[in-house]
Amino acid sequence: MSEAVSALDGVTFEGFAKVAETGLRGMITVRGDLASKEMMAAVKAATGAVLPAQRKVTSGDTGAVAWMSPDELLVVVDYDAANEAVATLTDALKGSHALVANVSDARAVFRLSGDSSRDVLAKLAPVDFSKDAFAAGDIRRSRIAQVPAAVWGNEDGSFEVICFRSVAQYVFDVLKVSAEVGGEVNHLG
Amino acid sequence: MSTRLTTGGRLLNKAKQVTFSFNGKQFTGFEGDTLASALLANDQMMMGRSFKYHRPRGVVASGAEEPNALVNMGQGGKFEPNQRATTTELFDGLTCTSQNHWPSLEFDIGVANNYAARFLPAGFYYKTFMAPAAAWKHVFEPIVRHSAGLGKAPKDRDADRYEHFYAFFDVVVVGGGVAGLMAAKAAGQSGAKVLLMEQTAHWGGRAPVDGGKVDGVKVDDFIDATVAELEAMDNVTLRNRMMGAGVYDHGYILGYERLTDHAPMLDGPRHRLWRIRAKQIVTATGAIERPLSFAGNDIPGVMLASAMRDYIVNFGTSSGDRVVVVANNDDAYRTAFTLKNHGLEVPVILDSRPNGGGALAKAAREQGFRVENGKGIAKIKGGKRVTGVAICAQAGEGAVLEEIACDAVAMSGGWSPVVHLWSHCGGKLIWDEAQAHFRPDPDRAPTSHDGNAFVVTAGSASGPLKLDDVLVDGQKAGEAAAQAAGFAVTSADAPKGDVHDEAPLVPCWMMPQGAGPKLRMKAWLDYQNDVKVSDVRLAAQEGYESVEHTKRYTTLGMATDQGKLSNINGLAVLSDALNQPIPATGTTTFRPPYTPISMGAIAGEARDEVFQPLRRTTIHGWHEANGAFYEPVGHWRRPYCFPQGSESHADAVTREIRQTRDSVGLLDASTLGKIIVKGPDAGKFLNMMYTNMMSTLKPGKCRYGLMCNENGFLMDDGVVARIDEDTFLCHTTTGGAERIHGWMEDWLQCEWWDWQVYTANVTEQYAQIAVVGPNARKVIEKLGGEMDVSKEGLAFMEWKDGTIGDFDARAYRISFSGELSYEIAVPASQGRAFWDALLEAGAEFNIMPYGTEALHVMRAEKGFIMIGDETDGTVIPQDLNMQWAISKKKEDFLGKRAQLRDHMASEDRWKLAGFKTEDGSVIPDGAYIVDHGTNANGQRNTQGRVTSTYYSPTLDRGIAMGLIHGGMKRLGDVVEFNKVDGSTVKAKVVDPVFYDKDGEKQNV
Repeated sequence: MSEAVSALDGVTFEGFAKVAETGLRGMITVRGDLASKEMMAAVKAATGAVLPAQRKVTSGDTGAVAWMSPDELLVVVDYDAANEAVATLTDALKGSHALVANVSDARAVFRLSGDSSRDVLAKLAPVDFSKDAFAAGDIRRSRIAQVPAAVWGNEDGSFEVICFRSVAQYVFDVLKVSAEVGGEVNHLG
Repeated sequence: MSTRLTTGGRLLNKAKQVTFSFNGKQFTGFEGDTLASALLANDQMMMGRSFKYHRPRGVVASGAEEPNALVNMGQGGKFEPNQRATTTELFDGLTCTSQNHWPSLEFDIGVANNYAARFLPAGFYYKTFMAPAAAWKHVFEPIVRHSAGLGKAPKDRDADRYEHFYAFFDVVVVGGGVAGLMAAKAAGQSGAKVLLMEQTAHWGGRAPVDGGKVDGVKVDDFIDATVAELEAMDNVTLRNRMMGAGVYDHGYILGYERLTDHAPMLDGPRHRLWRIRAKQIVTATGAIERPLSFAGNDIPGVMLASAMRDYIVNFGTSSGDRVVVVANNDDAYRTAFTLKNHGLEVPVILDSRPNGGGALAKAAREQGFRVENGKGIAKIKGGKRVTGVAICAQAGEGAVLEEIACDAVAMSGGWSPVVHLWSHCGGKLIWDEAQAHFRPDPDRAPTSHDGNAFVVTAGSASGPLKLDDVLVDGQKAGEAAAQAAGFAVTSADAPKGDVHDEAPLVPCWMMPQGAGPKLRMKAWLDYQNDVKVSDVRLAAQEGYESVEHTKRYTTLGMATDQGKLSNINGLAVLSDALNQPIPATGTTTFRPPYTPISMGAIAGEARDEVFQPLRRTTIHGWHEANGAFYEPVGHWRRPYCFPQGSESHADAVTREIRQTRDSVGLLDASTLGKIIVKGPDAGKFLNMMYTNMMSTLKPGKCRYGLMCNENGFLMDDGVVARIDEDTFLCHTTTGGAERIHGWMEDWLQCEWWDWQVYTANVTEQYAQIAVVGPNARKVIEKLGGEMDVSKEGLAFMEWKDGTIGDFDARAYRISFSGELSYEIAVPASQGRAFWDALLEAGAEFNIMPYGTEALHVMRAEKGFIMIGDETDGTVIPQDLNMQWAISKKKEDFLGKRAQLRDHMASEDRWKLAGFKTEDGSVIPDGAYIVDHGTNANGQRNTQGRVTSTYYSPTLDRGIAMGLIHGGMKRLGDVVEFNKVDGSTVKAKVVDPVFYDKDGEKQNV
């Protein structure tokens, strides 16, 4: 296998918050009956995590699972473990109506860190990012400026932004301009 | 003259002098000044010329309602017209010019219009410029264009940046005066998340100017203490320099924050547009004083009484040494007291009420003011500046009783609540007889999705104008909003404000009330658009009885100030002329924004690199480094061709096609849509989505499919590969990926929700590269790997997973060019490496990439259709002779029923054929096939049109496809296509497949 490269090669920017492309991430779209025992078992087998509630992310030993819609999950694992996780999930869901697709290469991931990260996100997404409305373990599928994106909160207070790979540069650029010194909002932190 | 006083100026930092320029003249002011106060301090009362008559105009107001003092601000990339001097905070180095003057503010040629004003009444344009038509274009329009208009249009790119901010609150309070402060505090104490925004840089609104005590302490100190309390509350956010611009459905409200207008040297965005969701909105937007309509009320020096007091108290600036006060209410007496306290002369207070005022009037008399009851102004003396007033009886027709010299006039016609934000989303108004103003009707508030009110007014915005009432109303509004937002409120007593006993005003819509035509022609209602009492009366006389019609006929309230001063006065005059009560006339519609907001704030961050997202394939970097000339396809930018050296685009396309047809070429096809469709009902579902039968496709095979919308028209096409029994992969056009995915989900979620099918858009998971040409197989085989790509191993219209070189790949034997062709998908993160590997392996065959134009030409040579060329939303597959792709066995598919309709099945439809010009030339894009005779409009009849037309390097001649009446039945006919130069070119109707009709080349 040839070496896999992420969209922006780990680019970073430091303004009043820090923006960094995290590199490749294993991501698997899973569609199916989220209430089924099979789905619970499949997700457990692939990540060790329990099924997330609406707009939540759960994590286990080998990965995390994000709620994406009433019949869709996003399973997140190490990039190199994606094919194996696809196989595990497909196997566990054999016999039930489900769709498992590796989308690791279709995405770019950014991490936003620093005390004022929430203010940066609130410039770009119509989401309530205040601390009481959005905490670690929360995820929103929304948009970043003009493109679709999902954002979730990490335990360390940082945020992950995922978008389509083709617009990685655009998303990095809008995060950058929104985090530029002088543009502090001092509202959400 | 207007000048700086030694007293007053509570907002000034007199230790910090700043320098600014106005019309090229250098002036000084203080930190804390507004541009208007600093100009006044420099005796620059005249600040602009009016829109229509070019009359000299001075500042009238002190805030957002100002109609006259508009300037062109800044220079170059910081230039912005129509900026109100009253809301522009002064900073060092500020540069501005007055507007609508030519050649200069002091001497203006356009003022000639003023002397012709008698001939330029409302509706003048409509009546005068009807005929002859040529006179409008060549005579009137150039003159009107030169003399009308306010600020200049900016010429340079905006040098600033802007941004949006999304915020969510339980209660948003607009207006940081005492009512807003009380409302925010009351709501904050309930635990609600509160935003309090104030358009100026200061808290407390007018209360510090009007003075008084709250709970025994000076109102200034009360304001400071309340702000400090609010700042200490974690759940309350305070933002000044932020205007509530508009209220919209469901508690959506826009906040317009001006971050660096007062300090352009600071880094960061200039404006930030807050896009806020609020459960409840409190509008504590105060009230605006009304001018009085007397002759000459627009001459510089005539100002609102409250504004005059603002300039003294806030900015230590006088507007004149001798000021006549004229009013129909008690509040204006406060201006007289303020003037006197700061050492200025008040020769007379003219109180238009026959019985005069109350306690304040009494106090005035006791202090030795001359107060004249039942008197008004017949007219103002002076041209560029007030020199005196002629006094008359308000009850009369304007006979002059006395003339008094003065250099300024403070007028007050009462106060109107600022109801704009209340009204934006449907809040209704009632007429308050006692105060002679429209105020919000609390029983008819704007309602949200659940039918409940989501806006409540506070303080003067509700109607009460006195400090004690305002405090109580503010507190109540805050409590009501918090409660409605779901918070428990323990009602508290509002702080006690001073109680003033004020006598009621007496409405005064024209001064004197019997003013004749001569005076009415000089009594201005709308300063900015030059609308006078006489214009509104004329509109009424000519039948414009609806207030909305009168507004448009006269342009009353249509200027950048949106009639903040003129609205009520204008409709009162209209009511009088129509002989009906004011509520019967009603108001015009209040629309957002409250005052104009910058275009930049609306655009937000979307400029320069991030104006629009640019989608890039993983190979985009190579294209960029190798001189690709792009064309936009959706948000992608695809290489059109790759010119080498000084090669023209046409030559590059020719080279790319020859190389591909003769040896091998590469195409970055990553942008094509790829949608997985999976489930027990996937075959059944695709049978509905495509015109073809997809359920019979065998795993491992590919089929070209057509998609129609429910009206039968072609909307997309592409190759479908069956992956396994349950799974299909559907290719879409580049522009169709998201649209077709959405289309599939629409049907699955809304119509066939019980079918077991899931879809996933995996377009970007793969880099897909077409290796095309007689040497394609050799290049792939050279890379090695385990995949058998021989004719037997991977036949035409088959696909296969395996490894090619080091790459996990899926190869499709499909061809859009007519050559031996493999489209190979690899994980996107290895796409560039795969591209590089192909270039290296293909070097011995002179491999080179080709762009979208070569792709287009090659498919046209093969007679393949292109969605968007052969189709335009009105074309059905039958028009393109594609009956072969329409299954006759299927009971149904999207578009089937529509295609059976008479017009769709008609033999008269234009149908696809090929065309070859007799002279070998290329038919122009968009050309029509002309027919005999003309239609009812005298236009040449047509019988068809070209859809694709190219120079074919393979055939070395022009080739084309097009739709023609009769279609392939016309084979051999010679028809004429029109050309841009008016001539036509002859072409023969031919088979649209120009190259390798039997498909031998792709099937090797």
